[in-house]
Amino acid sequence: MTLVDTIKKHPQARWIGMALIAIALLALPFVLVQVGTAWVRITNLALLFVLLSLGLNIVVGFAGLLDLGYIAFYAVGAYVYALLASPHFNIHWPWWAILPLGAAVACFFGVILGTPTLKLRGDYLAIVTLGFGEIIRIFLNNLSEPFNLTNGPKGISTIDPINFFGISFGNTSTLGPLQFNEATKYYFFLLAVLMLVIVVNLRLQDSRIGRAWEAIREDEVAARAMGINTTRMKLLAFAMGASFGGISGAIFSSIQGFISPESFVLNESVMVLAMVVLGGMGNIWGVILGAILLSFVPEILRYTVEPAQRMLFGRSIIDPEVIRMLLFGLAMVVVMLVRPAGLWPSAVRQRELAPDDEAPAA
Amino acid sequence: MSLLALEALHVSYGGIKAVKGIDVTVDEGELVCLIGANGAGKTTTLKAITGLLHPAAGRVMYAGEEISGRKSFEIARRGLALVPEGRGVFPQLTIEENLRMGAYARDDKPGVAQDMERMFSLFPRLKERRAQTAGTLSGGEQQMLAIGRALMSRPKLLLLDEPSMGLAPLMVEKIFEVIRAVSSEGVTLLLVEQNARLALEASHRGYVLEGGTVTLSGDAKSLLGNPQVRQAYLGE
Repeated sequence: MTLVDTIKKHPQARWIGMALIAIALLALPFVLVQVGTAWVRITNLALLFVLLSLGLNIVVGFAGLLDLGYIAFYAVGAYVYALLASPHFNIHWPWWAILPLGAAVACFFGVILGTPTLKLRGDYLAIVTLGFGEIIRIFLNNLSEPFNLTNGPKGISTIDPINFFGISFGNTSTLGPLQFNEATKYYFFLLAVLMLVIVVNLRLQDSRIGRAWEAIREDEVAARAMGINTTRMKLLAFAMGASFGGISGAIFSSIQGFISPESFVLNESVMVLAMVVLGGMGNIWGVILGAILLSFVPEILRYTVEPAQRMLFGRSIIDPEVIRMLLFGLAMVVVMLVRPAGLWPSAVRQRELAPDDEAPAA
Repeated sequence: MSLLALEALHVSYGGIKAVKGIDVTVDEGELVCLIGANGAGKTTTLKAITGLLHPAAGRVMYAGEEISGRKSFEIARRGLALVPEGRGVFPQLTIEENLRMGAYARDDKPGVAQDMERMFSLFPRLKERRAQTAGTLSGGEQQMLAIGRALMSRPKLLLLDEPSMGLAPLMVEKIFEVIRAVSSEGVTLLLVEQNARLALEASHRGYVLEGGTVTLSGDAKSLLGNPQVRQAYLGE
């Protein structure tokens, strides 16, 4: 914790640190492009997962409601964008109209999920949310008849890229010496959205709403006795989490240009939940760390597992995909054993595991 | 007019008629106790008052208004604070955070800060441990914290459910000292207790609950002298 101490002693160090991080974030895509545009795309997907994890963190980390179908809201946002900005219905709305709408529709679905599950907790809530996620996916898969809404398993293609007030995200532009290709443009767009979402999350955590969620997470009956409207607060958690999922989904849609129900399987929900849990439920920075790690580690392994095998044994013995997931799973088990509250837990969860002798003597 | 009045209150709990038509009143400034054995319907009565259960028949009147059927958070916001059985503190939050949570429905920051100091002077033990999590406290300290947290909402009526349960005798005495102190500050209290002697000694009036009905009621002193009470609840 020496770094934290240094920062506490020298407040200006904090600003220098933040400036360095900002410069690094701004320079990142231009550096990555040198390695390959694929890495900028991977970074963009990582940023999307950060957004998703922050959204799920509201539901799971703040309010303590286990949601296993979170990807459904991502899907809803993605389809809202796809339907309103593609040749499928020949509608081409601008992004600034669709993004809020995607958030609103996802929010509506969040309330639909939240209302009947208000009295459920823990395992039971997990099962219902899991079912909800699957229902949404299956609907998307089958809503091609009698009226072709989603185009079924074939998905929707040639979705419009974002057109940022005249700057199309579908091609490369040059600004002075800098080349902004599609991926780089989305990177900056995602970064801006992410900053906004982080600020909202930080404010939420310190607000009365955040405290109400904390109380509900700890003891719902006691929370009610404190005068907290637990029904409304739980619905709010579902609605806000869903909205963030919807926004992420809409951006995903525009980045990919093609979506199908296959992108929104249960596995994805589990992955986002793993990011939240591994990073540190309830702590915004921990969740961001978890999302970045779990997005990048598999990709890095993808590019290292096979060359490593060739170097060691002269040929590829085990399918890279298999060993990648194996290593990934192993890493998660180790992390959960060593740091059960996550890599960067929230203060409250850290306390849970702190030895008693750390408490001030009476 | 009474601050709280239960009028022919019936409450069912899991299909069982736990409370069968009781009439209880608590006047402003009074300390009233509800005594009785396990399963007499004491906790069920409190749950009905605080909206955790809804009465099958009869009414709960509070400050001249019917509150039965209202949601428990609304009732809490009207100044009716419950210290639940088994304390119900937030175990992972610190003492300070627990107390602040008690003032959730209030928005006068200076008043809350003032009350926080008042709680710390009322419970010096909590002040020593203000940054410690509630889960690390002893049972008695948790009980103090639960009472303090309820007081943070500046209640008009404080409901205590079995505050002595599971505590060491010395701690029980301390808790009752606190109850007396709170009462002398003018807070109206309804105390539910199995420890009939301590409860009656501290209270102004008392009700004896048996099988969901009130069998005896009256002045606490006279109940203490009542041969039936002495035999059934005071072990004489």
